[in-house]
Amino acid sequence: MRGKQAVLLVVTLLLLLGTAILYSGDRVSAAAAGQISGTIKLDGAAPHQKPIDMSKEPSCAAIHKDKPVSTEIVVAGPNGGLEWVVVYISEGLNAAEASAVPSETPSFDQKGCQYIPHVLALDVGQHFKVVNSDQTSHNIHPLPRPGGPNHEWNKSQPQGSPPFDVAWTGEEMIPVKCNIHPWMHGYMAVVKGPYAVSDGNGSYTISGVPPGSYTVTAWQEQYGAQTQKVTVASGKATADFTFKAK
Amino acid sequence: MRTNACKWSLLLAAVAVAALCSRSSAQMTKYDEDQRLGMESHIGKLTGRAAAAKENYRRFCTGCHGDEGDGEGENAQWIDPKPRNFTLATFKCRSTPTGTLPTDEDLFNTIGRGIMNSNMPPWNPLSQQARADLVAYVKHFSPRWQTEKAGAPIQIPPAPEVTADRIKAGQAMFQKLECWKCHGVEGRSNGPSADTLTDDQNRAIKPFNFHDENRFKCGVSDEDLYKIFMTGLDGTPMPSFADNVKPEEAWELVYYLRTLQPMPSKEKDIAKQLGLKPINPNATAAPTAAQ
Repeated sequence: MRGKQAVLLVVTLLLLLGTAILYSGDRVSAAAAGQISGTIKLDGAAPHQKPIDMSKEPSCAAIHKDKPVSTEIVVAGPNGGLEWVVVYISEGLNAAEASAVPSETPSFDQKGCQYIPHVLALDVGQHFKVVNSDQTSHNIHPLPRPGGPNHEWNKSQPQGSPPFDVAWTGEEMIPVKCNIHPWMHGYMAVVKGPYAVSDGNGSYTISGVPPGSYTVTAWQEQYGAQTQKVTVASGKATADFTFKAK
Repeated sequence: MRTNACKWSLLLAAVAVAALCSRSSAQMTKYDEDQRLGMESHIGKLTGRAAAAKENYRRFCTGCHGDEGDGEGENAQWIDPKPRNFTLATFKCRSTPTGTLPTDEDLFNTIGRGIMNSNMPPWNPLSQQARADLVAYVKHFSPRWQTEKAGAPIQIPPAPEVTADRIKAGQAMFQKLECWKCHGVEGRSNGPSADTLTDDQNRAIKPFNFHDENRFKCGVSDEDLYKIFMTGLDGTPMPSFADNVKPEEAWELVYYLRTLQPMPSKEKDIAKQLGLKPINPNATAAPTAAQ
């Protein structure tokens, strides 16, 4: 009797395992199909962005001499589209989807004494390159929340030195600064699962979303986070967000 | 009935596990406190025990660093630079790479040496054992020490001979690495970015003035100086140069920096013989900025 029971148990477990594998296979193959897209708008006039005086760094000032640059804390296009908003799925992904890491290795470039891009979205554990394209030394100094999952570091990157490769271990919106050029300011936005960053028109598209119901979060460095429930049924779903100017 | 009991016990176990897992590490419970007081330090043959340091900490450290180790002791408001907040586990004086935990020996040395230009005095009147115990006590404040090991100390090759060529090469490094942007062309802490510097708590902080000081925050020796710029002073604007400076170049920079300091030295004599002039920052301006 006992032997039979054991066999039955093993068979049941194997069946369950098989089902799980098949099921997860389904999810993965469906993954490429869906996408969530939308527009991020700013309601009201964007706060004044201060022009940046780079005269202390002549090599960078020269790059911007025809088109001076300003801070990028709130950047809105002519139609109110809000740039540099990170949009990601904060709830609803299964464990495998949430922990999948994209294979692309994006760059966080120091160019013209600015961070390009101003906000770099990343997956937890996703490797990226820190690049110095300038004719000057930078120190790259991310400042994660103390006591959080990530730890502060501070590295010098003199002109002409090769890019270096890094990754973050936990979800967090990490401000980055350069102590030598105090106007330099950007973010590394570390999230789990698929993400996108809005462009100059406020548009974004998150691709690789499997069908399902999700909470989508839009995060802006000045205005914080907003969430929305979204259902991706057959391929495409829309989620627009509006941030109130203040 | 029996299966029901089974179900219930399973459910209870699950709840217990969930409760255990979700307990926030930021709030120290009695259990945590006991667990963490088991923290040890290992310095050479010495083993320090946090539990043994309780009284010394209350007597000598609480006033500035606070009972909770958060740097909010009753004297803290009068002190600049501020006492270290041990709960963050970010330390300036390390032999380990930027972003990693210091070794027990690093903390031991800091306690014994004190920190120049701060209110942290040398605690070498305390016995080595007492200091080792305090190292364990400092570590017991942050959960980071429960899950993470100290970084691997950087390797420092033996110091080469001090020569005129090495000092000149070191000066070229000082210019190329743009140390002068903060420390100034003569190391007088008056570079173009000096006034804008802040630490990781957004408090104003000054770069080191080589002309006024013979001792650094993290020691006095050539090796200490080597470590300062190769590992960086975490929590301050001083970055790590380990990725882009080779060991021989680091030694050259050490020898040049010695020429900027007030005390007599072989390096200073050689610089005098050479008639070494301060660097000219305009020579570093990029070609794009030139006419």
